[in-house]
Amino acid sequence: MNRLKPTHNFQKDISNCGLTGFISKAGKLVEGSVIIKSISLMHDRGNGLGGGFAAYGIYPDYKEFFAFHLMYENGMALQLTEEYLEQNFHIEQEEDIPTRRIAAIANPPVFKRYFAKPLETAEYREAVEFKKMTLEDVVVHHVMRINNEIEGAFVVSSGKNMGAFKGVGYPEEIAEFFRLDEYKGYIWTAHNRFPTNTPGWWGGAHPFTLLDWSIVHNGEISSYGINKRYLEMYGYLCTMLTDTEVVAYMLDLLIRKHGLTPELASLALASPFWDMIDTLPEEEQKLLTAIRQVYGCALLNGPFAILFASNEGLIGLNDRVKLRPLVCAEKDDFVYMASEEAAIREICSTPDRVWTPRGGEPVITKLNPGVV
Amino acid sequence: MKIDAQGLYYRDLNEKIRAAVSAGADRIELVNVNGQYFIGDGINRPVTITIKGVPGNDLGAFLNGATIVVQDNGQDNIGNTMNAGKVIVHGHAGDVLGYGMRGGKVHILKDVGYRVGIHMKSYNENKPVLIAGGKAGDFFGEYMAGGVLVLLGMFSDNPDKPKHGFRFGTGMHGGVIYVRGEVDETKLSREVGIFELSKDDQAELQEYLKDYCRDFKLDVKEVMNEKFVKILPKSKRPYGNMYCPMPR
Repeated sequence: MNRLKPTHNFQKDISNCGLTGFISKAGKLVEGSVIIKSISLMHDRGNGLGGGFAAYGIYPDYKEFFAFHLMYENGMALQLTEEYLEQNFHIEQEEDIPTRRIAAIANPPVFKRYFAKPLETAEYREAVEFKKMTLEDVVVHHVMRINNEIEGAFVVSSGKNMGAFKGVGYPEEIAEFFRLDEYKGYIWTAHNRFPTNTPGWWGGAHPFTLLDWSIVHNGEISSYGINKRYLEMYGYLCTMLTDTEVVAYMLDLLIRKHGLTPELASLALASPFWDMIDTLPEEEQKLLTAIRQVYGCALLNGPFAILFASNEGLIGLNDRVKLRPLVCAEKDDFVYMASEEAAIREICSTPDRVWTPRGGEPVITKLNPGVV
Repeated sequence: MKIDAQGLYYRDLNEKIRAAVSAGADRIELVNVNGQYFIGDGINRPVTITIKGVPGNDLGAFLNGATIVVQDNGQDNIGNTMNAGKVIVHGHAGDVLGYGMRGGKVHILKDVGYRVGIHMKSYNENKPVLIAGGKAGDFFGEYMAGGVLVLLGMFSDNPDKPKHGFRFGTGMHGGVIYVRGEVDETKLSREVGIFELSKDDQAELQEYLKDYCRDFKLDVKEVMNEKFVKILPKSKRPYGNMYCPMPR
């Protein structure tokens, strides 16, 4: 019997999700080993039920094509999805996502990637000419259909020149599984998951993505129900069984569809409290009142620290009362954001500046013009 | 005694520290620390632990008589439920600093994060003192029940940042906060008011600041050369009538 006793008496589970990310504003390509080192330092913030990465600038040879990362839970899902893709897309290149079989990863699903462009089918022309949909709208529509209609198939990412890699395991294990040391990118984010209210499954690991948006999140979006219903009105379908998914779709709606700047979108997600709005100059009061009125359903309630990346740059945002940690640092053209300063110092020992943003104050970093 | 923490898992590092303390070490120097949690937790001997690098969260939790000197920045939850002893940080510190502290001292040279001194308390001679030399985030002294918080606003890497954040003293119902210079009244919670320092207050504050300045080799005269204000709770039971109003 004694043999079955655990080696440690874990009186307290110290996990609480960890995230880290960085951007080279000049577009310098950085090896995956750097982000792995940073997230591994926060190993104990997760519990082995989810790890993931988003990387930008990794597919320069196919940067004109949407890079679809697909996860298949069964052979039928693969077959149906490939038929669906062939009907609707010109596929320039398709391949297995290279993986390494390691002991830590049990029962992984199958991962494939496709570099593709929508075909000019009758349906496509109908969408563009009569429904006034854009190319991106069409891609979003297909992503939603695959996720929602094909049992066991999930689009892990669908942006250009970027990709998400995620699964059940610690992030350093997921990195080894996906051979991330072999990729180079100018923006990297990573997540170490400690699932609280929702299952720890492969699709539920972070990042959550749509087109080139990717989100990693530490916290709980208690407004999930309101956010989800609001997004459904615009055709977004939540299929990943967890709260963070709504953030990816909300940013797509607010920034890409409604044309809000990242600053304004951040103010919609983490709006100032009414009593603080009251103290501001009249013009700002008007703006923030309008945002709260129009985008009340986009407000994220509950504690969060999130990093969202796109081909434009990297943004960090906290909830309004800062119930989750977020530290930022700068060194030359690099900006780092993480749950713990040590995760930054592990890969940048002497930053020029280290600071903690205010709750609700977005830290917005953009790639220099001409990089992408 | 020197311990190289390079790449050491937090549990292994803390075992080494505890072993050194048990063996009677007076001074322990930790080098190459980066992110290890729980350093110095619950140590109840008057040992001095010097840290080079950034220690992880919950530094000096339940500390009971030891001194910890951090020569770089600190992270979140420093001095959690600390009982006695001292933590000195030569950089900035994160959120939830001194949570539920009931004794001892925390001296931070630069900025501090959100919810500093949350639920500090005191009882008779056990009176915690937390001094931040830089600027503070929101909810400074949240639910404070006792002890002393001091905010100087002098030593910061962020010149544009306001001295303190919103919701200052939310739920405060005991203890005292001293602030060097003015406070922004629009950011104070309804539970607190601004008062002048008495002669006794001045003398008490000066003792705290002398000790603080010794730790960082600062000139106490310079620190004291501006007026301080005192923030006190207006009520000892701010939420006494929140759920069940009682007859007066």
